[in-house]
Amino acid sequence: MTTTPTPTSPRAGRETTEGTVYTVTGGDWDEIVSSAARANDERIVVNMGPQHPSTHGVLRLILEIDGETVTEARCGIGYLHTGIEKQTEYRTWTQGTTLVTRMDYLTSFFNETAYCLAVEKLLGIEDQVPDRATVVRVLLMELNRISSHLVAIATGGMELGASTVMIYGFRDRELILDAYELITGLRMNHAFIRPGGLAQDLPAGAVDQLRELVGTLRKNLPEYDKLASGNPVFKARMQDVAHLDLTGCMALGVTGPILRSTGLPHDLRKAQPYCGYETYDFDVPTTDTCDAYGRFLIRLEEMRQSLRIVDQCLDRLQPGPVMVADKKIAWPAQLALGPDGLGNSPDHIKQIMGTSMESLIHHFKLVTEGFRVPPGQIYVSVESPKGELGVHVVSDGGTRPFRVHFRDPSFTNLQAMAAMAEGGQVADVIVVIASIDPVLGGVDR
Amino acid sequence: MGLEESLPSGFLLSTVEQAAGWVRKASVFPATFGLACCAFELMAAGAGRYDLARFGMEVFRGSPRQADLMIVAGRVSQKMAPVLRQIYDQMPNPKWVISMGVCASSGGMFNNYAIVQGVDHIVPVDIYLPGCPPRPEMLMDAILKLHEKIRTSKLGVNAEEAAREAEEAARTALPTIEMKGLLR
Ligand code: SF4
Repeated sequence: MTTTPTPTSPRAGRETTEGTVYTVTGGDWDEIVSSAARANDERIVVNMGPQHPSTHGVLRLILEIDGETVTEARCGIGYLHTGIEKQTEYRTWTQGTTLVTRMDYLTSFFNETAYCLAVEKLLGIEDQVPDRATVVRVLLMELNRISSHLVAIATGGMELGASTVMIYGFRDRELILDAYELITGLRMNHAFIRPGGLAQDLPAGAVDQLRELVGTLRKNLPEYDKLASGNPVFKARMQDVAHLDLTGCMALGVTGPILRSTGLPHDLRKAQPYCGYETYDFDVPTTDTCDAYGRFLIRLEEMRQSLRIVDQCLDRLQPGPVMVADKKIAWPAQLALGPDGLGNSPDHIKQIMGTSMESLIHHFKLVTEGFRVPPGQIYVSVESPKGELGVHVVSDGGTRPFRVHFRDPSFTNLQAMAAMAEGGQVADVIVVIASIDPVLGGVDR
Repeated sequence: MGLEESLPSGFLLSTVEQAAGWVRKASVFPATFGLACCAFELMAAGAGRYDLARFGMEVFRGSPRQADLMIVAGRVSQKMAPVLRQIYDQMPNPKWVISMGVCASSGGMFNNYAIVQGVDHIVPVDIYLPGCPPRPEMLMDAILKLHEKIRTSKLGVNAEEAAREAEEAARTALPTIEMKGLLR
């Protein structure tokens, strides 16, 4: 285990005109170490991260250990704080999707959908969003659930030393990324779901490729069972580790696979359906082991259930528009790929540049300034692969959000780390983090 | 570093240079430095389909002391900046830095209070790799360009000479504002 001592000298705090200012860059480190040393026993304090191969990103863990036992564990977060929430206040409502998609970058489509559902509710147009757009949203979200769980399993495996699991996970994730690329043009960070619908319709041949993808994934998923589920070493590392029971989950606000591993089948897709999830046929897997192994099994099963939903989405796709008809909200043109490889819409250009001055003005206003959203606030939540992803959007009636706040499940679930890790072995801390599957982009935003 | 630094300019030094460049380029050890979204493209580049092992660099080192390449993959926050610098300082010479993604290169779309506007404020950067995120193929291209740079890098007095020439070239180069034509 590498320890990274923190860089700055300990500073207890500076007196300023606004009161005492404490530096939180880790200047506390020497103090913690010396106070632990004073206690004159076997206890030592170990700093893990923020740059450490098995902390799942830039997470800093401060562990007090007595021999091999962790007596106290704390998280240091904020190493990836990007100011995304604040920045959305300075961009139009449509540009917001480009920013929120980069919060939890493994669940981009969930961030986009949650944000767009909130904006649509504020606009009062949630009934006008075309069916095709909603079905494609569900389809993309379920594919995203699979790719996110694959990364959870892959990186979790790698952190346990099972590199094969990682290679397999990334192999299947690549297949899904190919589908994203076909549909949105990008492998990650899509900004494809927009307030009012989608940026584009599905390209030709997408449905066939998606069907093929579902077939391939159906074939590949059992390999994880063969590789890991019954593997005695894997089980020995995971079973009865990272224990958190229902009471603990409830007290800490934990959701997602961790909550379902206690036996409670809580899933917002069933409990509080959105995007028409009540009309899809799928099960919510649970286990009652409350441990890391149970969460692993739940993730595997959820991927299979997601494939079922993707199948149903593909059957339901009907031709039609993918954006609301309201010209005050919908982007003025549907772009097509030109011979130069760039998106363009020759008909639309002909109209605004050649025939109609009004459409030029309208185009200009909508693209540069954006649409206005009536004042009000709303909270919308969706079930992301990690748990309840909530968005609180406040509008003051302008062309930009007044406030956009995300309740990211990684952030809330991460506070259960101490409850799961304390009293266990040092090596199990890795398993704890892997079973929570936090994404630091979502935690810090 | 060693004896080669004190060699006089000439046949011997350029032979050592070629040998050292060739050996160094063939086994670059990257440190894991995944920060944000770009880190996943970095991992994808290391995994099965793109397979960085073909270029002799699949072994990502957990410890900076065993690494000589830092791929800064993602946005660098103000809080992470001192940590990043410290890890860079812990890496032994010679060392190289690839700034992966627009965030690391220039702050990218996050022109705000939280993000360092380009990792070159903290550490010297050898290759800037644009994209948000850059595809694994782009990362491999950057790595191959870096290999070329490593292979042709100079030692000792030749290195000093090269640095002087580079400075001179930069001083006499035509400023962007005076460039003419379409791609200025
Ligand atoms: S450049 Fe793009 S993909 Fe890379 S870290 Fe920044 S936002 Fe993420």
